[in-house]
Amino acid sequence: MSLLASLPLYPLISFLVLITFGKRLNWAIASWLSVGSMAAAALCSLFLANQLSLHESSVITAHLWQWFSIGSAEVNISFYLDALSAVMILVVTGVGFLIHLFAAIYMKDDENFSRFMAYMNLFIVAMLVLVLADNLVLLYLGWEGVGLCSFLLIGFWYQERNNVLAARKAFIVTRIGDTAMAVGLFLLFKSLASLNIAEINQLAQTTASFTASSINAKNSEAYWAALLLLGGAVGKSAQLPLQTWLPDAMAGPTPVSALIHAATMVTAGVYLIARMNGVFLMTPEVMNYVAWLGGITLLTAGLAALAQNDIKRVLAYSTMSQIGYMMLALGAGAWSAGVFHLMTHAFFKALLFLTAGTVILALHHQQDLYKMGGLLKKLPVEATLFLIGLACLIALPGTSGFFSKEAIIASLWSSPTAGPSLWWCAILGALLTSIYSCRLFFLAFLGKQRFPKTRVISEHLETSKLLRGALFVLALLSIFGGLVTIDLSSLFLTYQPGIINRSNNPSWLHLVAIVTPFAGILFSWFYYKRYRILGYKPLRASQNPWVVFCRHGLGFDTLYATFLIKPYCFIAKLNRKDLFDQTLMLLAWYIGIWRDILSASQNGHLRWFAAAFGLSMVGLIFMVIL
Amino acid sequence: MTVIPLTHILILSSLLFIIGFVGVVVRRNTLFMLMSLEVMLNAVGIAFIGAGSVWQEADGQIMFMLILTLAAAEVAVGLALLIRMQRRYRTLDIDVLNQMKG
Repeated sequence: MSLLASLPLYPLISFLVLITFGKRLNWAIASWLSVGSMAAAALCSLFLANQLSLHESSVITAHLWQWFSIGSAEVNISFYLDALSAVMILVVTGVGFLIHLFAAIYMKDDENFSRFMAYMNLFIVAMLVLVLADNLVLLYLGWEGVGLCSFLLIGFWYQERNNVLAARKAFIVTRIGDTAMAVGLFLLFKSLASLNIAEINQLAQTTASFTASSINAKNSEAYWAALLLLGGAVGKSAQLPLQTWLPDAMAGPTPVSALIHAATMVTAGVYLIARMNGVFLMTPEVMNYVAWLGGITLLTAGLAALAQNDIKRVLAYSTMSQIGYMMLALGAGAWSAGVFHLMTHAFFKALLFLTAGTVILALHHQQDLYKMGGLLKKLPVEATLFLIGLACLIALPGTSGFFSKEAIIASLWSSPTAGPSLWWCAILGALLTSIYSCRLFFLAFLGKQRFPKTRVISEHLETSKLLRGALFVLALLSIFGGLVTIDLSSLFLTYQPGIINRSNNPSWLHLVAIVTPFAGILFSWFYYKRYRILGYKPLRASQNPWVVFCRHGLGFDTLYATFLIKPYCFIAKLNRKDLFDQTLMLLAWYIGIWRDILSASQNGHLRWFAAAFGLSMVGLIFMVIL
Repeated sequence: MTVIPLTHILILSSLLFIIGFVGVVVRRNTLFMLMSLEVMLNAVGIAFIGAGSVWQEADGQIMFMLILTLAAAEVAVGLALLIRMQRRYRTLDIDVLNQMKG
């Protein structure tokens, strides 16, 4: 079996062993198994990526077996590795390995430790299937697999009601997107008669009926297929309007937030769009929607992040806004920049989440920013690591985030599907990013210590070198990850020649983009003075209605509750006795009547029995005679 | 000797049978039910005898002999049960024996 085919096998074996033996495995065995399998997978994918760069055709495939066939179209279980999926598997297994390592220590005291690690491994399996799939059906399998693992892991501490509700919400909301995506797959199959990704990208360019005429572009199959695929991506990547599940998903354990809801799963939507670039390129309108969606999401999420009290929710909204950047890049046709940002974001957001996890654990599960403060002195190493992560998030020059975000912003102005207005969106978003990052850092690490002095910082974290080790590696990746230039442009198709570049970039664009984060920092240095200066009057979360509005995610939850959930529940309640139900119940009623009659006839009276016997004899004879 | 037509015999027989049947169903006293049963048996007997005489065959009379024996045996068992019932429930009302509910 080739190396590529065996890649998802390591975590799968580990998952099977862990789920079979469960609590009978002690901590050491369970963590060695799960982390070891991840290390094997990471080494394996490093080797594969290395091999890929030597390979001439720059694609490695592994055909395992045929899953099923529809007509002449075959759906195979086979893997397809090109530069795009190589980046993805490196991120999934590399960052996944570090997070597993972290999680093994972070979750050590949990009584369901092996179940946790089993789910994490299963997640990696599903994610690898997703990124390696050579056809859309297999991709969809992985897509649903990661959704399932996300559900299981958000609700990992299922004894608490809120966690279960959050898990259910995440599952249902992403399912809406997934349904759209499934319909999109059917549409693609109907019009192109293939589900193989490479074939679809080829066929989309050449099939005339698919792209349709330019007069009626909005009714072409390409338009709808791309729009439906976008629906799937929006659900998975927590973009407007299906973004509400991500902040709630923070109910899960912190390594889960780092692995699933920051580094890998939520970027699956970005991967999907980049993967199906052949279809999207055929419909500039949808590309434009993608860009606008990303732009609006990054602004709203940035605003919401400004008002959060919970350290993990700040990071969740920030994830949403960074994925907005990726979408923006994809919409502008800067595929390479989008995927590059996906990679660097995976590094620094994992670092931020894991460091936040350490801080939360050190403070005995305190997540409220207003009850932290002054941690720079207490946890200097963590503070430094967090600062590194934030620097990447803000995109300070030199960090990895800088390279990727600048690449995105630089591509916007002259892109035919984006343009100056979206460029301004991105700049405003960068400003917001630096402001909320500063607020986060000031509140958590500077200023007065706002948690009880008696509360000691737990010791076993301090001693754990592995925990720090994982964080250090992530920090190094965050700083230097940007120096790895990945050139994916050969992979992606370019625009049809019909569209001309609108204008040349003005010279001040780069300057503005570089200066913006500093402007944000400068602004918050003064505006959030009270957060960083010792001995200021006691801090309380603002109750300004606008701030509260932003804190609740700009009212999307309320909006959906009033306009979707409540009417739906109302209709469901009304419709409890609908016609079909009644028809079915008629049958039950009929049988019930006979049940009553027959059981009443069994009354034990001998005379009754005799009469019944005699009369039925008469009846029988009559039936025979007639 | 005038020959009684078969129709008359059958009408008599079925009348007796119905009377007996109605008696079994309507009477609550078990003794009367037994008597009604006898009436039904004899109704059948009449049908046999009549049919035998019409076709000039002995089979009808043989069947009636069998019915008579059966009736005797049935009455013996039935009366014994009646005595047990009287001892146990102090009544012959058949509706007391209604434990066999479905």
